[in-house]
Amino acid sequence: MQGTLLIARLTWLETRRRKIALAALVCGLLFLVVFGSAIYFGFQRAAAAEGVSNPVEMRIAATVLTVAGLYVVNFLVTAVAILLPIDSLSGEISSGVIQTLASKPVDRAAIVVGKWLAYLGMTAAYLVLLGGGVVLSMRWFADYVAPSVLVPMGLMLLGAAAMLSITIAGGVRLSTITNGIVAFGFYGVAFIAGWMEQILSMFGNSAARHVGTLVSLLSPADSMWRRAAYEMQPLATVVLQNGPFGVVSVPSATMIGWTVLFTLAVLAFAAWQFRRRPL
Amino acid sequence: MPEYAIQTAALRREFGRNVAVAGLSLAVPRGEVFGFLGPNGAGKTTSLKLLLGLVPPTSGSGTVLGAPLGNTRVRARIGFLPEHFRFHDCLNARELLYFHGRLLGLPARGLDTRIEDLLLRVGLEDAAQRPLRTYSKGMTQRAGLAATLLGTPELVFLDEPTSGLDPLGRLLVRDVINELRDNGATVFLNSHLLGEVEATCDRVAFVKNGRVVHELDLKDAQGTLDVELRVGAVDDALLEGLAAFGTGVTREDGLVRMHASSEAMLPDLARWLVARGAALYELRCRRKTLEEWFVEVMGEDQRPG
Repeated sequence: MQGTLLIARLTWLETRRRKIALAALVCGLLFLVVFGSAIYFGFQRAAAAEGVSNPVEMRIAATVLTVAGLYVVNFLVTAVAILLPIDSLSGEISSGVIQTLASKPVDRAAIVVGKWLAYLGMTAAYLVLLGGGVVLSMRWFADYVAPSVLVPMGLMLLGAAAMLSITIAGGVRLSTITNGIVAFGFYGVAFIAGWMEQILSMFGNSAARHVGTLVSLLSPADSMWRRAAYEMQPLATVVLQNGPFGVVSVPSATMIGWTVLFTLAVLAFAAWQFRRRPL
Repeated sequence: MPEYAIQTAALRREFGRNVAVAGLSLAVPRGEVFGFLGPNGAGKTTSLKLLLGLVPPTSGSGTVLGAPLGNTRVRARIGFLPEHFRFHDCLNARELLYFHGRLLGLPARGLDTRIEDLLLRVGLEDAAQRPLRTYSKGMTQRAGLAATLLGTPELVFLDEPTSGLDPLGRLLVRDVINELRDNGATVFLNSHLLGEVEATCDRVAFVKNGRVVHELDLKDAQGTLDVELRVGAVDDALLEGLAAFGTGVTREDGLVRMHASSEAMLPDLARWLVARGAALYELRCRRKTLEEWFVEVMGEDQRPG
């Protein structure tokens, strides 16, 4: 356990030193500034101009904007969960730095889990910063309080954690670029399968739904976003809109359980592979 | 306590069709400075990685400090300086040593003092706050040596510790090896800088195509002394008599050449010749250099060009 925590600390220090954390922070803040000002000018000015604001319309707009904001946050957080660890194992393996860790009296699984924990912590912090920023912008500038925040954010983190596990596992055997292509490919496929499932199920096409569900089982990150979006939108809004953030087919609680299992299983697979790999 | 620091039997490692290590059987006694010699691509680094547990063997077995290869806990007693000194270069030397020390299982209490001592020992105390990526190769090597010594190891693996370094860097490695020997540690030195090996090692093994082809004791360097005699009137009886003092006696014109086991027999040889009434004009002896051994063992066919 001590080895795991030391590797996690080392990983965090490295991310900070390589200015990765700083870059993510700056871009995240930039996003919040843009989002916050849009909401400020949109809602405060609308409220100031008497007669324009219809409370129901304003509320629907606020809901949609919250979900839209968090949709971007989800994308950024997923990207961070893929990009942070992308070079971690493969880079250290190809440079030989990993030998200095693997020759220590620490189980190789601790190296994998330590890195995973560190990146999960950073991803969670990033999600709290961006997601929290969106929610607070809505509260301050649009007077909109999202009905549920913690559960959707937890689901988004779970989706990101699944991608994190996939990227860490890929880094054991693949080169950095190959791993990046595979990880984003995984996400892209799940993403398009999610849309397929959504759109085609509106037309009652059950075959497409099954394909979508199957892909979600293999790459569950996107389905966690859909569940999160569902949790965020009061039922009325879900019924009202068929826009890009609407959720027609809601991933079940079983799917959430599967995602947890998937994330841990892929991490265990990564540790197992890493223990066998010649370094 | 096992007598050997390293013992292996027919270790083999294949990467696909490529056989990196064909059948490594080694026995390195505790306290010995052991040189592992061979041309590039002979399987030296892979052998070292097999011993460190970084690469699992395809077949064969072995022990390191009494524990089977791949044992995790025994690594607390092992120091390792990797080839090219690749470390986390965003850390400074102090942080590097801190993490290495903690990963070795050293308690946090007292670690700072140990780190400062080692930084002083390798002369990095002034640069200790700078990230390693700003270091010269020599400085990185010194940081690496400090990390290697951190856990007061019983067994130290050095993979090409002096390649590309200036004489001062090489001297530091030599001093460190001598200190380790004085403290009873075993040193496994991977190198093809023969001068370094000759100056530090007790024994060497020559590796060719992933196999040990020859071992040589450098401490008493048995059979490494070439003796050349110029004697008047050489006859068969004289040659037979000389065979008692060494091996490989040959005659060529007025010169007799032979291999002797040690310098101690030279006065006896001279006395015997004089007592026999032989006219001794010249007696020369020369120790074969490691380089000559290397070329002989590896074969002339290994020489490029």
